[in-house]
Amino acid sequence: MKATTLAMALMVGDPHSDRVVPPTGFTAQLTSFTSAAMAFLACFALALSVSSGRLADRWAQELSQSLTIRISAPGDQLAVQTQAALAVLETTPGIEEARPLDADEQRALLAPWFGQSLPIEELPVPQLIDVIEASDADLDVDGLRLRLQAEAPGAVIDDHSRWRRPLVQAAQRLRGLSALSLILITGAMAAMVTLAAHAALSANRSVIEVLRQVGARDDYIAKAFVRRFTLRALGGAAVGTIAGMIAVALMPSSEATAGFLTDLGFRGLGWLLPATIPILAGIVAFAATRFAALRTLRTMA
Amino acid sequence: MIELDKVAYSYGGGELLSDISLTVQPGSFHFLTGPSGAGKTTFLKLMYGDLLATAGQVRLSGVDTRTMSRDQIALARRKIGVVPQNSQFLDHLSVADNVALPLQVAGRDATEAQADLEQLLSWVGLSSHRDAFPPELSGGERQRVALARAVMMSPDVILADEPTGNIDWEMSQRILKLLVELNKMGKTVMIATHDLTMIRASKAQVQARVLRIANRRLQLAGADL
Ligand SMILES: Nc1ncnc2c1ncn2[C@@H]1O[C@H](COP(=O)(O)OP(=O)(O)O)[C@@H](O)[C@H]1O
Ligand SMILES: [Mg+2]
Repeated sequence: MKATTLAMALMVGDPHSDRVVPPTGFTAQLTSFTSAAMAFLACFALALSVSSGRLADRWAQELSQSLTIRISAPGDQLAVQTQAALAVLETTPGIEEARPLDADEQRALLAPWFGQSLPIEELPVPQLIDVIEASDADLDVDGLRLRLQAEAPGAVIDDHSRWRRPLVQAAQRLRGLSALSLILITGAMAAMVTLAAHAALSANRSVIEVLRQVGARDDYIAKAFVRRFTLRALGGAAVGTIAGMIAVALMPSSEATAGFLTDLGFRGLGWLLPATIPILAGIVAFAATRFAALRTLRTMA
Repeated sequence: MIELDKVAYSYGGGELLSDISLTVQPGSFHFLTGPSGAGKTTFLKLMYGDLLATAGQVRLSGVDTRTMSRDQIALARRKIGVVPQNSQFLDHLSVADNVALPLQVAGRDATEAQADLEQLLSWVGLSSHRDAFPPELSGGERQRVALARAVMMSPDVILADEPTGNIDWEMSQRILKLLVELNKMGKTVMIATHDLTMIRASKAQVQARVLRIANRRLQLAGADL
């Protein structure tokens, strides 16, 4: 709805309506400059948000949803400890399935090293238990490790890529922070445009009086200011966004290392995302100026 | 038609105007006089809704200005041409654009009214100044631009506040003549002035009622002028 009002104000509205407000020079340049700077920052925040999100997703996918428990014990103890470990696993929340591998499966695992004919029943090979985590609950690996230690001292948990979990959290946190930055940048932009609009309204008090005198409605007067500030913000933000996109595009990229720094940027259709920045800037400037103008006009007798 | 019904006004201190009743008949010609500071400007502002009565009613076409919305007052103002005491203009626009400003503000197509605009500029004798900017004009020229602007929307009523203040006699006579011409075209005219010589000079040209503000009240001034 805002967008259509905006479009109406800019397109359908009297293109000469802002002629009644004298050129505001300095305020105008400041508005353009600040919008450009904000858009530039927003572009980076957006790139950071998108990239860290992408990274978080990829790393989370790589986190395997399974772990293996290996039980090593003297012959007669092995079966007992395996049963004990299974009992512990059964009462552990967050586990979907725990299944001891049978001799054939264990043999298949070892085959690449020892060949098919390995007499596995006669060797002190550890018993493996395949554990699949429930996707909807969080498994407390450290707690499980402690309980296993008590019930089956020969059990060792091998939890694959669990070390990556803090990294995923960091990436998710980064995504959140950059999204927050975007919100703050938008707010700062709104505040700045409001200040600039107030300055312009005060500086043009006598102009407003003349317009009133000849029968201008508040809406008409507000529009003259709104149109000007919206176009300024839109133009400034467009320049800032383009500069930001160029800067992001020029970041060295390296698929091989897939490191975080070299991964900052947009991919494919993601390059369309920054295009929303000037539009957002226009909407913010439109709303902020209109609000400031109508409120100020109401207080100006 | 403008009606004042037991109107009082105060800027916050004591009442400046009290118990004022007046019906301004369409096509009439009024002078509003009184010493400086008596409240003439205030009175005119009440008549076009720039100020709202603190007691009583000011009715424009029967509607109490205090019940009108801001938009309604803006619309009403398009039917009342005002030549303010110290006319302000948009200094970055030409004389012609300033005169056409009421049209633009009303959302009318100024090109359609181009002929009216040129005629109006020639009527006030400022055709040659149409592209000048207001700061370049003399006092008398500014007053005539203000008058042209006030007339642009063909209002029924013209309120002029000290239109001959600070300008020479000859120019005053010229402006008075323009206002009289407007009245002959059927428009209601009210001129606030402390300049009694102007009122006397008008006698040969128009049948005017002379009102005087004295001691916060409105009186009908007699033949003592
Ligand atoms: N905005 C205002 N606030 C307070 N007092 C005002 C204001 N405008 C005018 N006055 C006072 O009201 C009185 C009448 O002013 P005005 O209507 O301009 O008189 P006139 O036009 O007859 O000279 C003066 O004493 C003036 O100082
Ligand atoms: Mg006065």
